[in-house]
Amino acid sequence: MSESRKREITYLEAVREAMVQEMRRDPEVFLMGEDVGVYGGAFGVSRGMLEEFGPERVRETPISEAAIAGAATGAALMGMRPIMEIMFMDFITISMNQLVNQAAKVRFMFGGKASIPMVVRAPAGSGTGAAAQHCQSLESLFMNVPGIKVVTSSTPYDVKGLLVASIRDNNPVVFMEHKLLYRTKGAVPEESYTIPLGKAEVKREGRDLSVIAYSIMVPRALEAAEQLAAEGIEIEVVDLRSLKPMDKETIVRSVCKTGRAMIVHESPVTGGVGGETAAVIADSEAFDYLDAPIRRLAGWDVPIPYNRTLERAAVPQVDDILVAARALALEGR
Amino acid sequence: MTRSTEDKEDSTVAVVDIEENLSLEVGDGACLLEELPREKLAWMLQKMREIRYFEEKAEELYTRGLVHGTMHLSVGQEASAVGSAVALKPNDLVIHHHRGHGHTIAKGADITLMMAEFLGKEPGYCRGRGGSMHIADIPGGNLGATGVVGSGIPTAVGIGLALHMRKSDQVLLCFFGDGASNLGEFHESLNMASIWDLPVVFICENNQYGMSMSVKRSMNIDRISRRACSYRIPGMSVDGNDVLAVCQTVKVAVEHARSGKGPSLVENVTYRWRGHSKSDRNLYRTQEEISTWKERCPIKRFEKVLTDASVMTSEEIEAIDQEARATVDRAAEEALTFPEPSPENLEDEVYAP
Repeated sequence: MSESRKREITYLEAVREAMVQEMRRDPEVFLMGEDVGVYGGAFGVSRGMLEEFGPERVRETPISEAAIAGAATGAALMGMRPIMEIMFMDFITISMNQLVNQAAKVRFMFGGKASIPMVVRAPAGSGTGAAAQHCQSLESLFMNVPGIKVVTSSTPYDVKGLLVASIRDNNPVVFMEHKLLYRTKGAVPEESYTIPLGKAEVKREGRDLSVIAYSIMVPRALEAAEQLAAEGIEIEVVDLRSLKPMDKETIVRSVCKTGRAMIVHESPVTGGVGGETAAVIADSEAFDYLDAPIRRLAGWDVPIPYNRTLERAAVPQVDDILVAARALALEGR
Repeated sequence: MTRSTEDKEDSTVAVVDIEENLSLEVGDGACLLEELPREKLAWMLQKMREIRYFEEKAEELYTRGLVHGTMHLSVGQEASAVGSAVALKPNDLVIHHHRGHGHTIAKGADITLMMAEFLGKEPGYCRGRGGSMHIADIPGGNLGATGVVGSGIPTAVGIGLALHMRKSDQVLLCFFGDGASNLGEFHESLNMASIWDLPVVFICENNQYGMSMSVKRSMNIDRISRRACSYRIPGMSVDGNDVLAVCQTVKVAVEHARSGKGPSLVENVTYRWRGHSKSDRNLYRTQEEISTWKERCPIKRFEKVLTDASVMTSEEIEAIDQEARATVDRAAEEALTFPEPSPENLEDEVYAP
């Protein structure tokens, strides 16, 4: 790749670029949500899109999350490819009936004779001081709903390719974007590309321990791995990316190699992705390779607190990963 | 705090009646006797009869222990389904609810495939995955019945939005019940459909009860169509047991939508003869009330209109009746012989390729 093609943009710009390129390519794709027009969306993701595509395809809605989700579901049932933006993932709870009972079920309960190609873009995660009702990561709610796919991204490169793939996917996709990652920069090709859903990626190779993470926990795990490397501990960091479908093969392969597994996520530990991933490992041939118990390092079972210190304490930070990973890598040695 | 007399006198706030009931001009349904061709009128009667026999047959199959799930019968509400559907062009669309056998038949579904779905058979409309509550016939413009009360209403906004964005001349009828009109989704959706001028006719089939909850206890208004004024869209209530009146009203609403003027709310006032579902012991209403409404049978009423106006003889009506009964009997007989779905492919339809 030539230097000029190693263009760096932010995660936020990559999300926008994915939408813009898909909307140029396919007239059936449109964006809908609260304040997505002149305002540019609560986080500025859709800034400038109204000017290019006009109010029909960058469609501002009243504060009506149930109707927004219904509008996306119905338009998708008709063969369009709506992208609905939920301002904060917390507000998706108001859309739940349409997403869980309609979008997820229509195809199956109509005998496979319809499909719902839609994307729900949901800014998630804590770290902004917005407290309990603006900081949740609700992926687990959707993992247990057959018919919905759940996708996360940890880098600008991934978020573009995964969003393009999600828009082109013929199913409802809950696409989580982490607010703290919006400003992170990385190399992103200008041309359109896709990253297949259901494929994890090994973001760093290592022999001593598999840290399985997604979203913001991937850069945090990579930072911890960098520090542990100085101590001679080599961490392998697996970025799940798609939570559903989950890339069991990559998880199992990594754990077979390292013999130790720790799953790291921000959302509360109980009933979370960590438990599911641990079960995937325990149910596989990787179980025979385990040299230590599988560990979960996840958010506490608490709502996200407002105070900065409390907020940081509620979800895994780099130091937490570092300490837990070191302990697990050395356990029983 | 008690306001002083002085405050009251100073108050400049005037209480005014802000209710603006936008109604569309709807003529007398009887004019349709002359406007509609005889074949169309015969078709309407036939469909109403088919709905009645389908549901009576469904009940019979259920009683004989041949049905796995539950069912919600619309016996007594046939005029609402047929009168509404007949106002559509063939490529128009409907989305409806759990009490949906009538809409499905009125939209022109194959009764054998419906019966097959009711019996959970592989050749059924939804390959036995949906059952009575979720019959859809996508190529036939029936975009499906939803089981959660009111859930079709927000989805209807999206269907209407797609029609609007594609500049289609199709119209969507969205059926729901009186109970659904008390949901938050109803409010969000009618407001959104209104601000976007979507080509959707919202049809509230007021059958007087949301399960056991009477409309008299669940709302403080006498006509659900009055809610339309909150969205500045036309709202009309019609005798839902008069198939011609329903047709006349829905036709006007459909033309309003087709001409780009946006949505409207039509209330078809009717009555459910049977219980909510099979668990219903009718403890919340009297036999007298049920009998009173049975005297307003929409089918007998339409037959009388047709004979009084000499559109049909009673022999012709009898022939239609026989044909409808035979159609349903044949459908049930055939559907009972159909194969069951296999669990082998259980996960196949969860995700689209």
